[in-house]
Amino acid sequence: MSGGLYTQLLDLACGAFLLAAVIVLWRRELAAIVRVFALQGIALAAIAVLLGAHEGRWDLVGVGIGIGLLRAGVLPYLMRRALAALAADRAHSEEVRETRPLVNVAASLLTAALLTLLAYAVARPLTQLNPTSATRALPVGLAVVLIGFFVLVTRRRALAQVVGFLLLDNGITATAFLATSGVPLIVELGVSFDVLLAVLVLQILTTRMREAFGTTDIDDLRELHD
Amino acid sequence: MSAVGYAAVAGQLVVVGAGAPLLTGWMRQVRARLEGRAGAGVLQPWRDLRKLLRKEPITPVGTGPAFRAAPALLVATTTVAAALVPLLSTDTAVSGHADLIVVVALIALGTLALALAGLDTGTAFGGMGASREMTVAALVEPTLLLSVFALSIPAGTTNIPAIVDGAVHEPARLASPAGLLATAALAVAVLAETGRIPVDNPSTHLELTMIHEAMVLEYAGPDLALVELGAQMRLTLLLGLLSSLFVPWGIATTASWAALVVALVLFAAKLVLLGAVLAAAEVFWAKVRLFRVPELLAGSFLLALLAVTASYFLNGTS
Repeated sequence: MSGGLYTQLLDLACGAFLLAAVIVLWRRELAAIVRVFALQGIALAAIAVLLGAHEGRWDLVGVGIGIGLLRAGVLPYLMRRALAALAADRAHSEEVRETRPLVNVAASLLTAALLTLLAYAVARPLTQLNPTSATRALPVGLAVVLIGFFVLVTRRRALAQVVGFLLLDNGITATAFLATSGVPLIVELGVSFDVLLAVLVLQILTTRMREAFGTTDIDDLRELHD
Repeated sequence: MSAVGYAAVAGQLVVVGAGAPLLTGWMRQVRARLEGRAGAGVLQPWRDLRKLLRKEPITPVGTGPAFRAAPALLVATTTVAAALVPLLSTDTAVSGHADLIVVVALIALGTLALALAGLDTGTAFGGMGASREMTVAALVEPTLLLSVFALSIPAGTTNIPAIVDGAVHEPARLASPAGLLATAALAVAVLAETGRIPVDNPSTHLELTMIHEAMVLEYAGPDLALVELGAQMRLTLLLGLLSSLFVPWGIATTASWAALVVALVLFAAKLVLLGAVLAAAEVFWAKVRLFRVPELLAGSFLLALLAVTASYFLNGTS
């Protein structure tokens, strides 16, 4: 693969990766958020595969394909199943939309702009250590980590918070790939199983929450009962 | 400067001035056909303007100079901007002065003049329209600036003819993520600035939703003709700016008559196509709720900002 084409494709994948995180902030329907998260998984897999193909490391390409299967296939499927369970047994559609986030959508989009700038400012010394096209895209990974944190603290629905957690993890994975040209296979496997288990546990937790309280609004969980 | 440079400026002014009502008529015609109506014909906006210009000028009691100056100011600022933006040629008599910030400031001045006129009438609708217009403008102007900045970084200048000239010779600049993000951001900003359908409905006078129409309710006769002509010219100018920046092929980059004629034909074709696409899209879109408009505009601002950061950091110019 020639250098120019590789750089352009990597930039394109990183652009799509960041854009997906922003669209998660923009949309309100949880179904659309899950769909965008799946697209982000594809972009993350593309980053890993591109890096692997560029450096001729086939284990990295394998890791990329595995990540693609997990984050664009299995995790969205699990979330969609939880969502279908929410939508099925309630007549009104309050549960499947993020109706009242703690910070309104316009303000959270502007915050995402600030977080992106912060990520670029923070990553600048790191980029200057070894300016290749992969490390130059490092701020994208950091920006997605910050946006994931933001989704995690400002959204009320449990499922939206799961997506926030997964955005955070996507961002960490992307940062690892871009900064170090890929982590060892065994580490990546461990992280992936961790994420998968976390989502399974959170899915069960969401279902139990809805059975116990009739809603998945996290704000209703402030008081302790015995 | 050669005669071709002056001819290009004159050509841009004539195309924007005379073509703007035709473009509006064309968009209404496309929309009418898609909705199954016969439509009034492409020339109808010109007939409306002629009818309004023949009427007696009337101004409401109690209005001041802001109300009277606004229509002329709107048309004047748009005319100057149309002379500056490289619609037909990047090598014109005034291309050295066609700075991005000047053009955006001229467009903003027209918006501001109209908002002041809306406040000057002292009516409820005028004030409401002015306040809404300013809310939209506060988010649209930075988006316009930022999305063109994303393209100006690879060119190394904010001079619009130089940016367009660079894009003609290096098409790869437009195919980058920065170029695509900037296109999306600028398209949303243009729709908002010209009051088209996701933000404002140009063909309604429904009190609760109108933005642009609420400000100009008190105008009549020749003043109304100028306001309408100004709004149509802004639409033509901004669509032309969008096409010049992102589909720059065909714009004359040298001072030759043949290139100018080709540019004129291609510019007309691009605007006809863009107008038809916009009109067709408007048939399928619904107007966004007024309180959702800032979300849409903040989103487009964010896209523009991402475009700037992408073009600044990813291209390795830092």
